[in-house]
Amino acid sequence: MTDDFGRPERTGFHYSEQDVQREVTELEGRSATAARIFDLRRIIGGLFVVYGIIVTITGITDSQAEIDKAQGININLWTGIGMLLLGVFFLVWLWLRPTPPPVPPAEEAE
Amino acid sequence: MLNYWVQNPTNAPYSPTYLAAGLRLPTNGLDYTILAIYFVVVLGIGFAARRSVKTSLDFFLSGRSLPAWITGLAFISANLAATEILGMAANSAQYGAYTVHWYWIGAIPAMVFLGLVMMPFYYGSKVRSVPEMLLLRFDRAAHLLSSILFAFAAILIAGVNLYALAIVVEALLGWPQWVAIVVAGAFVLAYITLGGLSSAIYNEVLQFFVILAALIPLSVLGLKKVGGWDGLVDKLTATHGHNFTTAWGGTGIGSANPLGANWLTIVLGLGFVLSFGYWTTNFAEVQRALSAKNLSAAQRTPLIAAYPKIFIVFLVMIPGLVAAALVPNIGTAKSGLQYNDAIPYLMSQLLPNGVLGIAVTGLLAAFMAGMAANVSSFNTVFTTDIWAKYVVKGREDGYYVRFGRLITAIGVCASVGTAFLASSFSNIMSYLQTLFSFFNVPMFVVFIVGMFWKRASAKSGFWGLLAGTVTAMVNYFVLYKKDIIAIPSDQGANFVSAIAGFVAGAVVMVIVSLFTAPKPEAELAGLVYGTSSPGMAEAPAPGDEAWYRRPALLGWGAVVLAALCYIPFSF
Repeated sequence: MTDDFGRPERTGFHYSEQDVQREVTELEGRSATAARIFDLRRIIGGLFVVYGIIVTITGITDSQAEIDKAQGININLWTGIGMLLLGVFFLVWLWLRPTPPPVPPAEEAE
Repeated sequence: MLNYWVQNPTNAPYSPTYLAAGLRLPTNGLDYTILAIYFVVVLGIGFAARRSVKTSLDFFLSGRSLPAWITGLAFISANLAATEILGMAANSAQYGAYTVHWYWIGAIPAMVFLGLVMMPFYYGSKVRSVPEMLLLRFDRAAHLLSSILFAFAAILIAGVNLYALAIVVEALLGWPQWVAIVVAGAFVLAYITLGGLSSAIYNEVLQFFVILAALIPLSVLGLKKVGGWDGLVDKLTATHGHNFTTAWGGTGIGSANPLGANWLTIVLGLGFVLSFGYWTTNFAEVQRALSAKNLSAAQRTPLIAAYPKIFIVFLVMIPGLVAAALVPNIGTAKSGLQYNDAIPYLMSQLLPNGVLGIAVTGLLAAFMAGMAANVSSFNTVFTTDIWAKYVVKGREDGYYVRFGRLITAIGVCASVGTAFLASSFSNIMSYLQTLFSFFNVPMFVVFIVGMFWKRASAKSGFWGLLAGTVTAMVNYFVLYKKDIIAIPSDQGANFVSAIAGFVAGAVVMVIVSLFTAPKPEAELAGLVYGTSSPGMAEAPAPGDEAWYRRPALLGWGAVVLAALCYIPFSF
């Protein structure tokens, strides 16, 4: 066990709500996630467009045996189109509402 | 039947059983390409998220900066692990439409309560974990007990997820078990160590969409095969009786049903105690909401998750029911299929290459997400609650980021160890899981009493937690397992144990509080209902006043919708 060096606000065994508030607020000020994290919509959009294209092409080229296995439905075609639409939806959303610029850090930030 | 057991929402004590041989899927290069693309994207997310990690808050809580739609989908995804998907399909094949209870009454009210009532306290007090909330409201004893129990449970459940993955992958793809365990463990290790919670959450959101892309075609084709919903109901009524396709049929007190529970134990045990315990105090879930960017987004996290939760039940229940209709003796030795095989069986029967690859990817992604949710909550509790408060205190922040990465690696290795242990002692593992499932319930009592009764003293937290846990365990392992009281099934016994644990915890808290000093009023601000903390006064962000972002409307909308969903299943 080490002592509470550098954190004089903690006295004895009591760790109060003010301690948590102060510690987390200070960390929030220095946090980099909001400024540097990439936009997930681009990844979902990209992956589903790629999957959509692969599965749709599979559906177009499927033989009758595959369609029979899937109860007479060309499931690859329909699933592929669905995934493609979802991917396009995310990309359009990203295009219409681009990532907002990062909020300037609070004044107590380093 | 004792060995096979799946149950939710207490993080699914799920005992993986060996899938029937002959479920080997006809996968080809196309399917493997789809799988490989997914693994590359998963790793890419880890590397790309790495540069956003600067402080321990970034690593453990994504800097409290994510938008509500991301945290909300991660919230549902952390619960939608593969054990839940396979397990709930199994539940449907075994018990029929009773499965809807795990969703509509066993999840929605608790999720709405978390968002509307509890989240202002969790998020507003700025705690970084559920145990830290107990530290503020009660004392170090309650804090340490809950932190250690949670850390053990998280590793155990992560290991069981890995083991379940290995069994499924062996049956479906023919990989040896150890290969699957090591490969999946290595990927989870890599992306969480690199990107922390952000990469866990991003991957969970991705997994949510992939698993939908797998389950929707499967349910559609399954229904087509049995002649639509009407054909399904007719077939099941003929083989399993009318009650099999209703939610409440046969649940009158005193009447027998396969679930072994009556409407009262369903409502109180599952709907109230077990579900509130799981959804409101399980840190693997709550952590997703704590990473949201403001109080409004944190409140909306479980509420946004509630809407998909209402409808996902159809995607797991329909394959389960279809399997029961196609193979009426499923679950018996004669059919060669176990209840757990419902989804893999339909995949092998119905899906052509292409969609099959998506389905395999979805299942693997769901296993990894289930494991990652536990690992990413474990490393947070172990670092901020155990290490930084009791072992190495007061070091600079960078030290705790490095320690968090180290403990992630150790946690994943420990889960791999648990997974190998599980493969030799799967019976013991399911017992251990049951044991830990009882831990959520007393935790919930302590929270709820502490939050609504300001007289509850600092010492009452620890004793309430202990008494509730012990009572639930004694009821289950002694009274039920030794046949002292008669309950027809494990599920029913679990509901009763939860109620007993809840009552015992509450009674002990009241008694201890009456004999010990209350906490000073000043230390309770923002922790007890009716008080507030500075964080709760935060002004709403621009745009958050829009009607569709109002937590109360979203929450009550979900409750009404879930209630409406019951109507077609009630007659």
